[in-house]
Amino acid sequence: MIPIIGEPHDRVDGRQKVTGEARYAAENNLPNLAYAVLVTSTIPAGSIAAIDAAAAKSAPGVISVISHLNAPKLPDTGGQQQESNAAEHHHMPFSDDSVHYVGQAVAAVVADTFEHATHAAGLVRVNYRPTPARIVMEEHRSDAKERQGNAPATFSKGDAEGALASAPVKVDQVYRIPYEHHNQMEPHALVAAWDGDRLTVHDSAQNIFTTRQTLAKAFGVPTESVRVMSPFVGGAFGSKGSAWPHVFIAVMAARMVRRPVKIALTRRQAYFSNGHRPLTEQRVALGATADGKLVAMIHEGIGQTNTVCDYVEGFTSPTRSMYATPNVRVAHRVVELDLPSPTYMRAPGENPGMYALESAMDEMAYALKIDPIQLRVLNHADDDPANGKPWSSKSIKECYAQGAERFGWPRRTSEPRSMRDGRQLIGLGMASATYPSHRAPASARAVMHRDGNVDVSSGTHEMGMGTATVMAQLAAETLGVPFERVTFRYGDTTLPRAPISAGSLTVASVGSAVFAASSQLKRKVIDLATADASSPLNGTDPNDIDAADGKLTLKSDPSRGEAYAAILRRHYLDTMDAAADEKPEPNDPYSARAFGAVFAEVGVDPDLGIVRVRRIVAAFAGGRILNAKTARSQYHGGIIQGIGMALLEQTHLDRNLGAFTNVNLAENLVPVNADVRSIDVILVPEDDPHVNPIGAKGIGEIGIVGVAPAIANAVYHATGKRVRDLPITIEKLL
Amino acid sequence: MTLPPCYTNPEPDDESPADPSRRSFVIGSAAATAAALISPILGAAPATAETPPKSDPNAVAVVLDVNGKRHELRLDPRTTLLDALREHLDLTGTKKGCDQGACGACTVLVDGKRINSCLTLAVMNSGKAITTIEGLASNGRLNPVQAAFIRNDGFQCGYCTSGQICSAVALLREGHTHSDDEIREWMSGNICRCGAYPGIVAAIREAANARV
Ligand code: FES
Ligand code: FES
Repeated sequence: MIPIIGEPHDRVDGRQKVTGEARYAAENNLPNLAYAVLVTSTIPAGSIAAIDAAAAKSAPGVISVISHLNAPKLPDTGGQQQESNAAEHHHMPFSDDSVHYVGQAVAAVVADTFEHATHAAGLVRVNYRPTPARIVMEEHRSDAKERQGNAPATFSKGDAEGALASAPVKVDQVYRIPYEHHNQMEPHALVAAWDGDRLTVHDSAQNIFTTRQTLAKAFGVPTESVRVMSPFVGGAFGSKGSAWPHVFIAVMAARMVRRPVKIALTRRQAYFSNGHRPLTEQRVALGATADGKLVAMIHEGIGQTNTVCDYVEGFTSPTRSMYATPNVRVAHRVVELDLPSPTYMRAPGENPGMYALESAMDEMAYALKIDPIQLRVLNHADDDPANGKPWSSKSIKECYAQGAERFGWPRRTSEPRSMRDGRQLIGLGMASATYPSHRAPASARAVMHRDGNVDVSSGTHEMGMGTATVMAQLAAETLGVPFERVTFRYGDTTLPRAPISAGSLTVASVGSAVFAASSQLKRKVIDLATADASSPLNGTDPNDIDAADGKLTLKSDPSRGEAYAAILRRHYLDTMDAAADEKPEPNDPYSARAFGAVFAEVGVDPDLGIVRVRRIVAAFAGGRILNAKTARSQYHGGIIQGIGMALLEQTHLDRNLGAFTNVNLAENLVPVNADVRSIDVILVPEDDPHVNPIGAKGIGEIGIVGVAPAIANAVYHATGKRVRDLPITIEKLL
Repeated sequence: MTLPPCYTNPEPDDESPADPSRRSFVIGSAAATAAALISPILGAAPATAETPPKSDPNAVAVVLDVNGKRHELRLDPRTTLLDALREHLDLTGTKKGCDQGACGACTVLVDGKRINSCLTLAVMNSGKAITTIEGLASNGRLNPVQAAFIRNDGFQCGYCTSGQICSAVALLREGHTHSDDEIREWMSGNICRCGAYPGIVAAIREAANARV
């Protein structure tokens, strides 16, 4: 049986990554490669009046300059409902002269070298006809509208306004999260090559199968003639789930110049054309009885979007499910501005939403003068308040308890500014974390070779989550073969179909398929052995057979058994295989979410306002953990991004130009090594028999949820200042 | 398998139906002036698209000594050391994260010192001893820092890893490993957005302890 907390195996792709052998998208240096470099818009709204490409075209090495003047018109490939992932499908690249945001691709220069293309891109002269632009969200609040996103825009139950009005204790505040960028270390890149009507794409992507479909639709070729590969992805965090404009541009360019084309966005370009977490402004109003029972919750607000993408930041999603209360009203709306497209960023919806909700819960604990953990336990939701369904499993109380103990929560004195270490003001804060457990259809194939080696494959993605390692572990444990004997292949649309790697669903989805294929393969070999007169297992009950170490053994008589390899050899079989297509049950009777509790200790310099996170303790219950080592790293990564969100991260917007301004890694701050001290993650064991066949809830995103509010709450505890506007920078504390 | 782009033959320029006059359009005077001003290395007469770049009059001879191997190249003088490695020598282990000196993904060792290879031109490194991530293992045996990164899970996506490891190798030589805080400080030029810092520090500590 697979253990609840799996072995901490080293990563299977570790050697490739530490030796530089791992080849990322832009590193496919195909013969006869040409380089595309983008020219991007400098106005937020209007149209292109003229493009003078003459100088560029006659610059050394230039092969072509592509723009709406000469590009083929690509059809709208549709949105998610049409199984497309074109991020800006309402405006396919180079389809007309319209400009929708600063940084939109308006032309591409293709040349024989990167240097020639870059130089020539600087020679392209574009003249615009600007129109008045909508830039500042606060100035357009009244135009906020509901848009269909992943979660419905509104939800209500009981009479939230009435209950709030009559509640003895109230908190009613507005919280704000700025524009933030994924800042994954590998900027978006692509190599595209046509061979007749066949297209091969080396992408850096979280969603190769949908990209394949989208490209096939856009370029009018059968899906089967498109192959998308993405075996290594240099970080994504949501920014690589969609086909962004550069994908279509590179493919188009390769077709036009009849050579393979590489496009590698500059760091600066990637700040404009590849998504960000949108600015949100969220009101949370809580009403409670004097003894701490929530009687009303209102969570509403707005987030930025634009007219070329479909994205909606669904920040009210967690509020529907987090606490038990009879009266709830939530509504998230969008404001369409002439700014770049927002997109999913680690724990979309839940992360921004929980920052607001968990800050408000801390304010409520102070208003009530009760312990923040106690307030949360008092309002624990035994069933999912969003739909009344029972939880598949829920261990948040264990997370509170184990986290509090490890952290030393009891030594906290609740009064703000009551704890010190020398000059430093010390603050201890906590917050809950949650993320829904999603699952999507996935397929996998398992092949046993006569030497006992096993190949397992599914066209999923490895962006550093440890997918390749945990899938090999899962197959090894299911089949009962040594881990070293299993190879997992992924990142290629010629393999069995896998869903987008997002929403923390990879392990649940692909894992279920790998588990099914491996189980079927094992059963096939068992059936062969039990029916085989020369096998020591002949005539035995298949359910009485166990597999371990590459060998099948009778449970009731361990002296009887034989190796997989021996069975295949005796039957002159080179291989045996099994394939599985797994889908989640429709009408699942359970609600499934991972939960956690995050504890933060900050030290604040009382004179300078500098905040340091001294330590984080976080306890998470995410169902079965396939690999304790890679799981811990996933949590670390989320927590560290949460530290950045709390204290550092914001992309500034020039309110006149409509342009992001700190568009480089020197000014767009993310945590560096020295920003991170002690991080202690507790893997709370959780046996979930309902969530999916392997019992894993998905942990990629919950790690960031709850971190920013835990730190903000700790800063309040340290200083007595409640910052409701991230990030918590020095000037807000002075 | 790779033909460096500096030796390839471009296809003829595709004709654009939307802009039929551009062949005869000699170069807008403003743009021409700007090109000449900002880019004296291009010379007075820009080559046309049909000119094979191998006869690019602007290319210069560069000798790069990488991982103990000598490479003679003709490069556009604007080529950074990073691009020379990745695009011309197909040594793609060195990563491009920002191309602006802000992330450390491109860290290599030049004459034993860690530098950002995106901030230096290839021509400036002629004759110097360059070590990249590909040159750290010897005869298939990993450098102790590489092995420690695997054991301590000092990476996730792996994109910052080459730079982290090259930086760490130099850090050990510099002797900045007396405490975890010192390691953190001296490794803060290498950003890891996956947040592998705890593993990175543990790996460096382990490699440092193994040295004494
Ligand atoms: S690529 Fe050189 S420092 Fe970022
Ligand atoms: S491992 Fe992904 S950026 Fe460091």
